[in-house]
Amino acid sequence: MAEQINLDEMKKAIGTQSEPSTIEIEKGMIRKFAEAIEDPNPLWQDEQHAKKARHGGIVAPPGLLMAVMMVGQGSPMPFRPPMPRILDGGGEWEYFKPIRPGDVLTVVGKLYDIREREGRMGKMLFIVSETTWTNQNNELVARALGTLINY
Amino acid sequence: MPLIERQGKVEKQLYFEDVEVGSEVTPLAKVATTQMLVRWAGASGDFNPLHYDETFATSQGVGSPIVHGALKRAWLGQLMTNWIGGQGFLKKFSCQYRGMDYPRKMKTMTEPEEGETWWCKGTVTKKYVDGDQHIVECDIWVENGQGEKTTPGNATVILPSRA
Repeated sequence: MAEQINLDEMKKAIGTQSEPSTIEIEKGMIRKFAEAIEDPNPLWQDEQHAKKARHGGIVAPPGLLMAVMMVGQGSPMPFRPPMPRILDGGGEWEYFKPIRPGDVLTVVGKLYDIREREGRMGKMLFIVSETTWTNQNNELVARALGTLINY
Repeated sequence: MPLIERQGKVEKQLYFEDVEVGSEVTPLAKVATTQMLVRWAGASGDFNPLHYDETFATSQGVGSPIVHGALKRAWLGQLMTNWIGGQGFLKKFSCQYRGMDYPRKMKTMTEPEEGETWWCKGTVTKKYVDGDQHIVECDIWVENGQGEKTTPGNATVILPSRA
């Protein structure tokens, strides 16, 4: 398998963008997310409490975008990861605006970088993609760089 | 550990002036269970069988179903949002999935078997003012039952100031 990898060929795809997809943020989605991780913070669910907080109303917990990304994002990868196994390697997220129920977010993924490294289990590919979320007011809400490990 | 203690709680409002370099982020205990992984799959839309199918997980070389990296990230988000309170803003956040974690199995419909408890922790590494923003940077991580940091990262938050 490993010998079929043509890194130069794959690198040509860097910069490729996914078709934009949209996702509507709903209160029920936020509640389900908070319950799944056992996070009872009233900022996510209690309108009265959230009204007095920084954002003046219910907002989504920061982790929600990871979930939304899984649901809403088209793959910006114009190739199949060449090796059989894929692991999520982590990433970084930057938030610019709060995410509120009723927001309609446009999600765009972009192939950002590909690196190769020899690991414990042989050759590994680090595939980095950039995701941006923009709301209905055309404000950039968040940006993420996520790394998939293909080995 | 009963559910109510596993959920952690939101502290009273934290201010920029309350923290110094070296201050501890209030630790948060979490228990990953097979049930939590199923709920996370549903809530996040990540239906990779690596996280619920014993045979598939074995074929992928991880032994048995592992905790989603993104779930551990969500825990770290909770660590920070509990700490910074309703007036704080989580600005920037990163983490790396360095080690596998394995969930506890369920003993009853609601209670897990005895076993591993994970701790989300953090320390303040930097504080500064940028324009009108009071910014605090932290090292954060998830620690497994053996005290190993399986998910290290960083967070940058904006806190209110008493000034």
